[in-house]
Order: sequence, then structure tokens, then C-alpha cells
Amino acid sequence: MTLDLLPLGRSARILAVDWALLADEEGQRLRALGIDAGAEIAVAHRGIFGGRDPLAVTIGRMTVALRRSHARAMQVEELA
Amino acid sequence: MIAPVSPGLRSAALVGNPNAGKSALFNALTGARQKIANYPGVTVERKAGRLVLPSGEAVELTDLPGSYGLNPTSPDEEVTRKVILGEFPGEAAPDVLVVVLDASNLEQHLVFALEVIELGRPVVVALNMVDLAERDGLTIDPAALASALSVPVIPTVAVRRKGLRELALAIAEAETRTVATRRGHEFAPERRLTARAIAQGAIVSETAQHRLHARLDTVLLHPWAGPLILFALLFVVFQAVFAGATPFADALEAGVGWLGDGVRAVLPKGLFRDLITEGVLAGVGSVVVFLPQIVILFFFILVMEATGYMARAAFLMDRMMAGVGLSGRSFIPLLSSFACAIPGIMATRSIADPRDRLTTILIAPLMTCSARLPVYAVIIAAFIPARSIGPKGMEIIGLQGLVLLALYVMGIVGAMAVALVLRSSVTKGNASGFIMELPKYQLPGFKDLALGLYQRAWIFLRRAGTIIFMVSVVLWLLLSFPRALPGESQIDASIAGKIANGLAVVVKPIGFNRDMALALIPAMAAREVAVSSLATTYAVDASDEEQEALKLGEQLKAHWTLPMALAFLAWFVFAPQCLSTIAVARRETNGWKWPGFMLAYLFGLAYIFAGITYWSAVALGL
Repeated sequence: MTLDLLPLGRSARILAVDWALLADEEGQRLRALGIDAGAEIAVAHRGIFGGRDPLAVTIGRMTVALRRSHARAMQVEELA
Repeated sequence: MIAPVSPGLRSAALVGNPNAGKSALFNALTGARQKIANYPGVTVERKAGRLVLPSGEAVELTDLPGSYGLNPTSPDEEVTRKVILGEFPGEAAPDVLVVVLDASNLEQHLVFALEVIELGRPVVVALNMVDLAERDGLTIDPAALASALSVPVIPTVAVRRKGLRELALAIAEAETRTVATRRGHEFAPERRLTARAIAQGAIVSETAQHRLHARLDTVLLHPWAGPLILFALLFVVFQAVFAGATPFADALEAGVGWLGDGVRAVLPKGLFRDLITEGVLAGVGSVVVFLPQIVILFFFILVMEATGYMARAAFLMDRMMAGVGLSGRSFIPLLSSFACAIPGIMATRSIADPRDRLTTILIAPLMTCSARLPVYAVIIAAFIPARSIGPKGMEIIGLQGLVLLALYVMGIVGAMAVALVLRSSVTKGNASGFIMELPKYQLPGFKDLALGLYQRAWIFLRRAGTIIFMVSVVLWLLLSFPRALPGESQIDASIAGKIANGLAVVVKPIGFNRDMALALIPAMAAREVAVSSLATTYAVDASDEEQEALKLGEQLKAHWTLPMALAFLAWFVFAPQCLSTIAVARRETNGWKWPGFMLAYLFGLAYIFAGITYWSAVALGL
């Protein structure tokens, strides 16, 4: 499952990120915020109206906004 | 740059992630005046101040732009990297690096700290916002952190001025301390694992997180409630700007009038008295009365920044911005541009994508800045009745506030349309992403707010005292000479009148009269000068003192029609009448190409929309 499909409020671990789907700076910025394979992540909020874009994810004690296109590049496994 | 106080002066720099509280710490350490906010990317300028060490010695302290690492992803991170490594032209590498950490987000902030410590330079760690960490149920052992990092760690609370003396002492000793870092080079993924291990080792106890900001986000980022709250908030801001400032503005206006009467009573009748009353007081005075409105607008912007709400507004706006090829990140510079386009354009440095950044710079002047407020306010007050509209018995929406809001909306819609066109033509390219940290909610510090407001008010008054003063005097001279023959109008006889007659031919098709053309010329320096120019023009033109004492609004009503007034408002929604903005755009885009483009398209739009407004209003019989 990719991160954009993760239900709100559920915790998941990032299994792999397909960096090829992202621009170099985007990948670098995500890694700088700790969003990388192995990290625990949850989707806290989704954006307005029909697009459900962007997403607000929680990682550690941070909340980070990112786009659905970024979330689609991340394979996650839901944690029990 | 702060000039060295004594030879051999040492330097230090604050580095850290965005939202570590660096700016607040910088203010607390140096007492320097600087805007504080907690959305990523506010600290885009080099800020320097003097830090006095306990020994009495002074150190030059710089506040570097917030960075997530030494591998830059935006122009401001590039600056930080270059300064730290001593690669910045004309800038020596700081002797001591002060790494600022957010204690409540230790693991994340330690990653960059480790990268900086790895350089082997003298480093002091400021473990900042320990009070917020405690609020979040975190207890951290600074000694354990210090031994794990092998650098001094000082707990601080910048906004409460805690730990500042200890930090200054550690900075003083850092340079003499032998640099005995035992950290070798690590690659980013290992560094993150190390950071996690160190954070876990330093955290003594961790109770369930205080979920205050998560609960606030549930409401403020709600898919439907969030945008409604944002727009309601913006509506309240604009109503407050217009209604809340009135008593203060009236008092200031009365003060200016009283000064004028005083001058008339003291000085003998003559040209010098006219220069003071018609030139200086009419010109500068008519602009100074808008100080209360500008202070109220900045108050709301500063509060939104300081509380962390601004980043949420960016989140809510991202979808809409994506629709025109931009991202929520552009929302912050654009919202700052409502106060002034200059800090707005400078804040675009935190936008990573160069095409996104250029587009944001080009549309920033379309956001209604505070300099337009005097123009809008005086014309709205004169031509729009001060009554409330709404359903019967519920007339709570002020018509004047509504017109003001409409002008703001016109600027926003115009900016979005222009962005859409630019992104598919001159700044064509892939839509960029939106990745942004949403900082914790914080109560704004009263002192920081007061400082920020004082700074804004002072900048405005300084402009009134310099640019507007000079322009008012020059305009008065051009309006007063050569003197009119008996029976001739002074304006028709004057040099300014002759210049305006030429311009009037150009702006006649859009409904502007000669006086309006006259106001546009000096307003090229700054938009609010249009008001002082009109005030000076009608003061000079007044045939007797009774007429001269009429308020500017009365003068406008006597000389303009409603369609003309509306066209003038529409002109100022678009016209790029601000030399400072053009200069900043040149600096930020490295050349005249883009500011030239900006001038051409904005004047074009101003002309077209003023024309449409005028002829529509005439056709509607207004």
C-alpha cells in the first residue's frame, strides 16, 4: 500500500520510497525531515475539498505537509 | 553588517532547523530588532547584532537562515551552507557555531547538529524551548546530551530570557576549548540513526504527548471548517482595519488640523506659510493619519506568524495555489505582501523551485499592500456611504468594508489569473511540490509583538518623514510656480499642471482627469504619495482659506465623479507604483529583465481595468 491510501490516524512504517518519482530537491527535503525507509508515519489531516490534497503527516514529534504525489511514491505497511 | 567594535573581534553564528526558535534567541542575546515568526523560511536575510560576553567583550552574532542540512534545497539554505563553510564572498567563517535545537523535537534537530559538529569547528549547543518540551511531557538531561555530542549543551528559553548568561559564557569559552570531536564522518542515513540513539539516551522521561496542537489542527485544518475559519479570519482583519482604526485616525487628523491652524496663527501670510501648510502638513499629514490602519494590519499578520497559524494557512491554500501552478509555500510571501511587497519578495527565497519563485515575485505586487490603504481609505470614505447592508434587521456588513474587501479580492484574483498565464508561458515547467513543516502552536510573546509593531510603525513614519516629505515639498514647488495671473487657476499656470496636462491625454480614455494624472506622477515613488499629492494639489488650488480647510474627502467629492473614483481604485489594484518594490525585484532576479516585464504587464492591466471600471460605471449610470 502507498502512503496516500493509508487511513487517517493509523500508524505505518515506510518500507521503501521510489525516489525516481520525485524531483531531487523534493527527495532531499523529505529525507531531511526524516521521511525515509524505516520511519514511522501517520496521516493526520487531508486537504480541502475533492482533491484531498495536500496531506499533513506526523513523524516523530513533527507535523509535515506534503502532496499526494509524494505520498504515492512511498510504500508503507500499517502497524498493528 | 555591523562594523567591528574593536580589532580582533570574534564572531559567532546561530544555526539550526527552521522553527528552532533561533530568531527569538537572537533577539534575546543581542537586543536587535528583528521579526520573529515560526514558519519555515522567515529568516531569509542575514541578521547581525552585538552579543556582549560576561567579560564585557563584544562578539558579532549572526542569525543564519534555518536549514535542515548542509546540502541546500533552497537559496536561503545555500546562504547558511556557504557562511558556515566560509565560502560566502566577503564573509569570514564564524569563529563559533551556536547550534540551536528545539528540545521538544530533539531527534529531528540533532541530525543537522551532528552534521555541523562533524566539521570539527568550535560548537556550542543551545537546547532551546525546554519549557515547551516540558509542556509536552519531555524531560531531557543536558549533561547526557553534552557527553554524547562532546560539545557544551546549554538549556535555554529564549522568550523567557533563561540560560542566556550561561550560553554567552559557553560561547566565550568555545573558541579556546580544544576541539576534540570524536565524531567521524557519517552519511545521512547513519547520522539519523545516531541522532535517534542520542535523543533516546538524553530523554529522561517521556509521558504521553500533550496533544494541544493536534486538537487545534483537527479544527483548523478540517477540510471544510478550516478554509471557512481562514476566510472568516481574513474578513475580520479587513473589517478591523477599516472600522477599528477610525477613532485613532480621526484623532490624528484633528491633530494635523490643529497644527495647521497653529502655523497659520503664528506665521505671517506668505509663500513660506503656504509651503508649511499646503506642502508639508497637507502632504505628510494626509499620509500619517493612516498609521492606525497599518498598525492593525501588521498586528494580525505578526500574530498569525508568531502563533504558527500562517503555516496552516499555507496548508489550506495549497490546493488552490496548485490550481494555478504554485504551491502553498508561495502563500506565505504573498500574505506578507499584503503588508508590503518588499518583505514578501524577499521571503520568496525559501521557495526551492526557481520558476515558482519567479512567478511569486512577479505577482507579489498584486497583493494589496499597506501603502494602498491610504489611497483606498480616502476614496472609499469620500465616495462609498458609511452604512450597513444585509438582510432586513441584520444589517451588519459595512458597505465600506465590503468595498475594501472587494479591492483585495480583485488583487488576489488578478494575481491567480496572472500566475496561471505565466506558469503556462514565460515560467513554464513542471508544477513543483509542497513539502513544509507545520510548526507547533505557540502563544506570541508580547514583547516580540510590540517590537515588531514598533518597527513597522517606525518604517512607515520614516517614509512619511523622508520620501513623502520631499515629494510633497517638490510637488508644492512645481504646483506653486510660476505664480498664476489674477483670474487664472494656480494649477493651470504651474509647471506640474503643464506636465499633468500631457499625461492627462493618455489617461483621459480611462476616465481620469488632470488632477488624477497629476497624482500619478509623484506616486511612482510610493503609492500613498497619491493621497498627499491630491491633498497638496487641492490645498494649493483652494481660492480661500475656508476652502483650503476642507477635508480632502470633501475636495474629492467636489472634483470627481463616482465612476472616476472607482476607476482610480481599480488603477491602484494593479499599478506597480513603488520604486522600492522594483528595486527589490531587480536585486532578487539579478537584472532588469523581470522588473521590466513586471512594470509593463502591471501598467497594462491597470490601464485596461481602470478603463473597464470607468466605462461600466458610466454605463450603469453611477
